[in-house]
Amino acid sequence: MVATTAPRADIPERVARFDRLERAVHWTNATLFLVLLTTGAMLYAGPLSGLVGRRELVRMVHVYSGLVLPVPLLAGIVLRSGRQLREDLRALNRWIPDDFRWLRTRGRDPHVRLGKFNPGQKLNATFVGAAIVVMLATGSIMHWFGYFPNDWRTGATFVHDWFAIALFFVVVGHIWLALADPVALRGMTRGSVTGAWAKHHRARWFDEVTAGTRGPAETANEVTSDAR
Amino acid sequence: MAQTVREPGPGTPVGRRVFLGLVGAGAAGILWGAKANDFLERTVGKLVSKDGTGLSSLLPIGRFRIYTVTGDLPSRSKAAWRLKLHGLVDQPYVLTYEDLRAMPPLHVTRDFQCVTGWRVHSVGWTGVRLGDLLDRAGVQPSARALRLTSFDGEYTESLTLEQARRADVMIAYQLDGSDLSSEHGGPVRLYVAPMYGYKSLKWLDTIEVVDKVIPGYWEQQGYDVDGWVGKSNGRDDRPTS
Repeated sequence: MVATTAPRADIPERVARFDRLERAVHWTNATLFLVLLTTGAMLYAGPLSGLVGRRELVRMVHVYSGLVLPVPLLAGIVLRSGRQLREDLRALNRWIPDDFRWLRTRGRDPHVRLGKFNPGQKLNATFVGAAIVVMLATGSIMHWFGYFPNDWRTGATFVHDWFAIALFFVVVGHIWLALADPVALRGMTRGSVTGAWAKHHRARWFDEVTAGTRGPAETANEVTSDAR
Repeated sequence: MAQTVREPGPGTPVGRRVFLGLVGAGAAGILWGAKANDFLERTVGKLVSKDGTGLSSLLPIGRFRIYTVTGDLPSRSKAAWRLKLHGLVDQPYVLTYEDLRAMPPLHVTRDFQCVTGWRVHSVGWTGVRLGDLLDRAGVQPSARALRLTSFDGEYTESLTLEQARRADVMIAYQLDGSDLSSEHGGPVRLYVAPMYGYKSLKWLDTIEVVDKVIPGYWEQQGYDVDGWVGKSNGRDDRPTS
């Protein structure tokens, strides 16, 4: 356990995890998702839509939030300052043998050495990325239905509904797990995690980021610029 | 920062495969979802309609989708509601909600099919046969059609007299045994069993007997005036009545 590990000189106090741009992309995305899930629920659930009314307004908020949904991520990817974001997306895509072992042992195998992200985070990111594409496509067909065959409209509604339900549970699970691990959450709010957390939960990543930066003082300096 | 020399890509691109798989599933769903949807509604839909908790009604199976024409959900209390019937009749009249409930009730159970594709199986409607309401006023020989108006101020519909007199066309005040909520067009709406949902005007306010068919709100948006399920709007759904 982390608590029993005595503080050692070669474990830095803090390790930078997500830079400013990544956090900006994440929280813009999160806000848009929240707006979309809320307005979507108002449009979808009969009792709720009756309670709220103003259907046309809710619909417009839903449609426009949906149309801008891919913008933060795409902007982050093309921006010069999005280098670390692009790197992290690559890391989310790639599965190493330890990832599969982590899944098989449900995270209990102490010899598993994970990279920057655990398989759950990889699946979450992959699903959310795909869902953005699918929801945007099906939502567009639902909104501009006149340009498509009738069956496509029915099919798009079908896909939009089921993906929305899946998304709801994925987002709730994501928030649940984030709140259950305050250190990991701090990585996304302030930008850094403790060295002990990184070494314990993301051993492979910890070695990568601390390699070449010997001495805790140096690492700590590098981190403080990012942490606030 | 010097230590960006991470290995370009150890491991397998599982993320990309899952991503493409999900997007592919979405695309397949657009093309064939209508069939999958229909299958689910015929199989699971029956179970959902029997579930008492109401939780499963949140699933996208066999459920109504609420469309409104105006910005707000129109609402009018039963006490304030009136039905006005006038036009080419001998005795124009105004009915209260209680007057309507006092008339001989008609029960019809049919599938409800929307022109946008969704279908709700075995929906029970209770109301008064539209033909009875017309007889009560005495329709004049020059009359050919009805123009129905909603109290939302926008929604209108039309029926020929022949269509209006069918045994499965009614002015409904209950759906599956409960009083109609305003999402479903309450307190009172039109229900035309053999036609697509848009013909069943919600939030009924006025029935005017006229000498020719005047296309209603959705017909002006491009839907067929004679909205028979399976025989109009370029669709081939199974007939509902």
